[in-house]
Amino acid sequence: MKAMQNTDHNMNTRVALVCVVAGVWLLPDYFGPAEAGHYEEQNDTQSQNELVWGGDAEGGSPFVEADPNDPTRVVGFEVEVAGLLAEGLGRVPRFLQAGFTSLDAAAARGDFDVGLSGIEDSPARQSRLAVTIPYYQFREVLTVRDADAATYRTLSDLRGRRVATLGATLAYDLLVSAQSKFDVQPVVYEDDVHPYTDLLLGRVDAVLLDYVLAERGVRRNPGLVNQPTDVGTGYYVGITASGNTALRDRMNAILLQAMKDGRLEAIFRRWKMWNDDQPRLYAKLLSGEKTSESTEQPSAAPVSGWDAAVRYLPALGRAAVVTLVLSCLSMALAVAAGVLIASGRVYGPPPVRTLLTAWVELIRGTPLLLQLFVLYFGLAVVVDLPAFVAALLGLGLNYAAYESEIYRGALEAVPAGQLDAARTLGLSERQTLVLVRGPQAFRFALAPMTNDFVALLKDSSLVSVITVVELTKETSIFAANIGSWLLPGAMCAAMYLALSLPLARLARRLERGWKR
Amino acid sequence: MAVLEVADLEVTRGARAVVQGISFAVDRGESVTIMGASGSGKTSVLRAIAGLDPIAAGGIDVDGVPIRPGRTPGGQVRRELYRRVGMVFQFHHLFEHLTALHNVWLAPVHVLHQPRKVAERRALELLEQMGIGARAHAMPHELSGGEAQRVAIARALAMGPQLLLMDEPTASLDPARRGDLAAILRTLAGGGCALLIASHDEEFVRGCADRVLTMAEGRIHRGVTG
Repeated sequence: MKAMQNTDHNMNTRVALVCVVAGVWLLPDYFGPAEAGHYEEQNDTQSQNELVWGGDAEGGSPFVEADPNDPTRVVGFEVEVAGLLAEGLGRVPRFLQAGFTSLDAAAARGDFDVGLSGIEDSPARQSRLAVTIPYYQFREVLTVRDADAATYRTLSDLRGRRVATLGATLAYDLLVSAQSKFDVQPVVYEDDVHPYTDLLLGRVDAVLLDYVLAERGVRRNPGLVNQPTDVGTGYYVGITASGNTALRDRMNAILLQAMKDGRLEAIFRRWKMWNDDQPRLYAKLLSGEKTSESTEQPSAAPVSGWDAAVRYLPALGRAAVVTLVLSCLSMALAVAAGVLIASGRVYGPPPVRTLLTAWVELIRGTPLLLQLFVLYFGLAVVVDLPAFVAALLGLGLNYAAYESEIYRGALEAVPAGQLDAARTLGLSERQTLVLVRGPQAFRFALAPMTNDFVALLKDSSLVSVITVVELTKETSIFAANIGSWLLPGAMCAAMYLALSLPLARLARRLERGWKR
Repeated sequence: MAVLEVADLEVTRGARAVVQGISFAVDRGESVTIMGASGSGKTSVLRAIAGLDPIAAGGIDVDGVPIRPGRTPGGQVRRELYRRVGMVFQFHHLFEHLTALHNVWLAPVHVLHQPRKVAERRALELLEQMGIGARAHAMPHELSGGEAQRVAIARALAMGPQLLLMDEPTASLDPARRGDLAAILRTLAGGGCALLIASHDEEFVRGCADRVLTMAEGRIHRGVTG
C-alpha cells in the first residue's frame, strides 16, 4: 500500500522529488557543516560511518519535507533530530525515503538504522521493534468547522458523524474505539492534508489528529478551529530493528543528553513546536521515570496472529464485499460507457471519432491514481462527489477506455458478409448493430472483458487513497495492527482469488455455451 | 413485364472498371443466369443490384426503385429496395449467433413488423419446404454447406422478394444436391419470383435457366435464350 502523505502545494514538486535519486545537500547553517544525507536508492549495506535514517518526505512540514528552495534536500525537525543522533554517534546522517505506513516493516527489515517521521509510541511497536525513549509529547486534537465549534466539542458529540484521520495512528485507534462507544464513523485518509480540506467541504464533520498536524491544518484552512479538549496524548519515538538494542540504547543516551543541554529544546523552538508539555516530559525521563505509553491507548497488548485473524475476519469480509460491489458497479459502468465510446468511434462522424479517440488516449495515457485524485480532491470545489461515487466513476471511466478499445476491435472483427446479409434483409444500421454485429462482437470481447474485470477487481485497491476502505486497505490496517504482512497477506490473497476465480469459470462456461 | 432493368451499368473498384456498359432486363417469373469465369464481374453486377456497392455510371431499376450512380442507396430508397430484392450469398453469411429458424424470422419481425409467432410459423414452413425442417434449431456452424444454403434461401424468401439474387449457388453442393436446388428454383420461378443467378456451373445452368448471359472482362458477350 502506498502512503500518500501529500502536502497541498505543488504536487509536481513532490512527484519530481520522489524521482530524484541522488543529490548531496548540507544541513542548514545553524546546524554546522555536518552532512545530513541525501536521497538515495535503498542500500542494504549501511556503512559504519553513516547513520541511515528513514522517514516519509511526503509527511511534510514540520516533520520531513523537501526544501522548497532545493527539492533535492529535506528539512524538518526530524532532519535535525537525525543530525543530532548522528553527531552523537560520530556518523554522517543519510536520509532514506520510505512510505509512512511501511516505516515499521522497513525498520524491522533493517532498511535503515533508525526511523524518525512523527512515529508514535504504541504497545504494538514496543513489542516488535526496538523503540527509543520519547523525544516529543503531543496531544490528539479534534478539529471542526467554525460553525460547529459549539456543537462538536468531544468525540461523544459526534454520534453517527464522519470523523477523518490518518491510518495506522493513535488517532485512528482512538476513533475505532469511539466507533463502538459513540457510533462515530472513522474515515481513513492516507495523507494529513485532505482530511482538513474535506472537513471544509463538509465531507467529514471533524478531524482527529495530533496537535502538530492540526495546527498546520487550521493554519492552511481558514474556517476551521481546534477544540481545546484533550482527546489523548502520545509521543514521538525513533524505531530500529528489534535486534538493534545496542544502537537504540546509545541513541537514548544521546537524546537524554540533548534534553539536558537544551539542544532538543532549540530544535523544537526553531520549528515553533515547543510547549509546556515538553519540559515535563524531559524532566520525567531525566529522573529515570518511565513514561506510560500513550495515554488512552485503546488497543490492548498485542495478540497472536491467529487470534487477530479471527478478530479481523468479519472486517475483511465486509471489505471484500465493498471490493466486489465496487468492482461490479464499476465494470457495469465501464461496459456501458465502453459500448457508447466504441459505437461512436465506429459509426460516428469524423469530429466525434476524433474527440472520442482523444478521450480514450487521455484516459489510457494517465495513471488511474492521478485520475482518482483529480476526481475526488481536484474537482471537489466544483462537484462534491461522495468517496464511493468518485471511486465508482474513476474506476468505471478508466476501464471504459480499455473496454471501448476491446469493443471497437470486436465490432471490426465481425465479418463484412454478416453486415451485407443484414443489409439485404432490410435491417437498418441500428438494427444491424443491435441484432447482429453487437451480439457477435460481444462473443469476441468476452475473454478480454473477463481479463479486464479481474484486473479491475485488483485495481479497486487504489481507491483507498480517496478514503474508501476496501479489501487491500483493510488488510493493511490489519497488518499494521499485528505488525506482520504474512497472515493478512495470505488471507487477503485468498479472498481476491475467491472473487476472481469464479468469474473466470463463468466466462469459460458462457463461451462454451455459445459454441455448443 | 420487367422486374429488373439494368442500363449501361458501370461498376469500378478503385480506378479500374470491373463492370462496363452492361444492359439487360429480367421479367417476373423469369430465371436468368449470368455465366462467366471467376473475375469476369458477375458478383459485382449482383452486388450493385443488391445495393451493396455503389455504381459508377448507368442505372438500375428494381420494380420502380431506382439505383443511381454515387453512394449506395439510403433512406427511403434503401427501405423500398429491400422489400423487393433478396440475396443468397456464395458463402451464405448466416448469422452465426442465431439458430437456423431465428435466422429466417429475424427480418420479418424487425423489418416487416410481423408478430413473432406468425413469423416463426412461416419460417418453419419455409425450412420444411426446403427439406430441412428437422434442422430448424441447429446453429449455423452445425449445418452442412447444402443445409446452410437452403436456410439462406429460406431467409431471403421470408421477406417475400420479387427478385432473388444468387451468387454461385452450387459452389458448396455435391452433384446430387445440385438437382434438388434446380428443382427448388424452378418452383420459385413458377411462383412468380424472378431469379438472377451468377454461376459458372454449365450443367446446373442448363437445368434451371430460361436465359443465359455470358460475361467476360466486365462485359456481356452474348445473351442466349434457354
